[in-house]
Amino acid sequence: MSALAVEGVAIAFGGVTAVAGVSLAVQPGEIFAIIGPNGAGKTTLFNIIAGIYAPARGRVMLGGEDVTGFAPHLLARRGLSRTFQNLQIFFRMTAAENVMVGRHLHEKRGLLPHLFALPSALRQNRETRQKAEELLAFVGLSTLADQPAGTMPYGALKRLEIARALATEPKVLLLDEPAAGCNPVETEEVDTVIQKVAASGVTVVLVEHDMKLVMKISSRIHVLDQGRTLAEGTAAQVRANADVVKVYLGAHA
Amino acid sequence: MKALRNPYTVVLVLAAIVVAIPFIVSTTFYLRIAALVFIFSLAVVGLNLLMGFAGQVSLGHAGFFGIGAYAVAVGPTHLGVPSWVALLAGAAIAGLLAFLVGRPILKLKGHYLAVATLGLGILIAMVFTNEARFTGGPDGMPVPRLELFGWRARTPIAWYWMSGVTLVIGALIAVNLIESPTGRAFRAVHDSETAARTLGIDVSRYKLIAFVLSAVYAAVAGAYLALFDALVTPVTAGFLRSIEFVTMAVIGGLGSIFGGVVGAAVLVLLPQVLTKFHDYEHVMLGLLMMVFMIFLPAGIVPSLARLIGRKS
Repeated sequence: MSALAVEGVAIAFGGVTAVAGVSLAVQPGEIFAIIGPNGAGKTTLFNIIAGIYAPARGRVMLGGEDVTGFAPHLLARRGLSRTFQNLQIFFRMTAAENVMVGRHLHEKRGLLPHLFALPSALRQNRETRQKAEELLAFVGLSTLADQPAGTMPYGALKRLEIARALATEPKVLLLDEPAAGCNPVETEEVDTVIQKVAASGVTVVLVEHDMKLVMKISSRIHVLDQGRTLAEGTAAQVRANADVVKVYLGAHA
Repeated sequence: MKALRNPYTVVLVLAAIVVAIPFIVSTTFYLRIAALVFIFSLAVVGLNLLMGFAGQVSLGHAGFFGIGAYAVAVGPTHLGVPSWVALLAGAAIAGLLAFLVGRPILKLKGHYLAVATLGLGILIAMVFTNEARFTGGPDGMPVPRLELFGWRARTPIAWYWMSGVTLVIGALIAVNLIESPTGRAFRAVHDSETAARTLGIDVSRYKLIAFVLSAVYAAVAGAYLALFDALVTPVTAGFLRSIEFVTMAVIGGLGSIFGGVVGAAVLVLLPQVLTKFHDYEHVMLGLLMMVFMIFLPAGIVPSLARLIGRKS
């Protein structure tokens, strides 16, 4: 069974078709990239999967369950987490606290133990903190744990968002342009983290502009153009596809 | 520096201040003013949970303050219940009202939420003005003294300790909460509702929890003020009082528990100090508030903390 599947999904905004019947299936543990020239519908498709838009037609399946049109917090409970192209960091909190928020679904949420700091609440806080430190180490941010997020460099924030999303223990992690705005060094760091995430058994689906990054780390690539599927395959297959070269890579040549 | 970063330091500092003041000043006049500062601080600590941490504005909290105040007036006078039972009932009624009204109101954002809460506050104050049979109408009504196990709380020193201890407990509970998953959810909702939702946080639930808790804090503070003054009028629940709470929270520093106390202290003490200026008292007060906001834009406590942090 695929970890994530999109079946004939379509959506239009004010008569303009953004996505016109796209299907794809992502296998567990894959790094699956969605690419395409500007206006191809990648971000719209991403937002349909992430529960921001409900498609007019088609279905989104998460681990065999139909989750079409589910709100983001319901998707989070079913093992889908995401990052944002233009960061959505909790800037007034420290790096560790950002990741601790990601543990929300795994914490007991009864109010009384929180109000009176009962032993159970304190123990849980220690566990959450511990888990957050592990995740910060995983993305290489251990030294910044107690730094306010608002003072951290951009590349670090990109990785912090990944750590926070991982804290929900997702089966599928959606990355919206994880390298957008990063310099080559930062891109390299993000790239390493994504590969580690996939190696740990989490399925990764990403939308990305940085061709070098996509070609390097993706197990499969899905190419969109004008809301339709143009090609799908490994980096080598996509690179050799004449349509892709013409429409996508050709546009840059 | 490490002690400063510990969130519980503020509770210890507050406790130390409460204990120290009677050694420094001894006249009942000053203890009375200190008790007023503590009572207003309690309301502002609660309001800060809503505004400073969960990021939701309320211009109607004097309404909840008034519910607490009238509970300890109406309960013992008309219904014959002991003051402390009336106090708890007032807190419960304020919490329940916040729960019922909060659901629809907290869907609004920013200015719209401000206007809606403003309306709620005005509505509550109007009920107190109009139900003259129970509340004495615009003139208000006397409040029977609090009696606990045969002991009557009537002296300023008694109220100094009652309000001081309650403030320390209120601050302790607020810090507990802020450092818990609930508090982290508040702060997450404040910074990015989008991201909070993505992490599975039920945003409207946490806004509601913050609203209800802040209403309970306000009601307890209101009851204390009424018992302390032995009198309650609709002004207690009025629009200006709501604005005063918000001003205290903002001037002291949103998102800072200690800031709330400093803000309350400034707004209670300044008018006392400024009486020297006679006719110009209110002009001076207004000017000083503007100067505070221009030079300490994040509020007194966070702005000063940042300045000190930069120097060291």
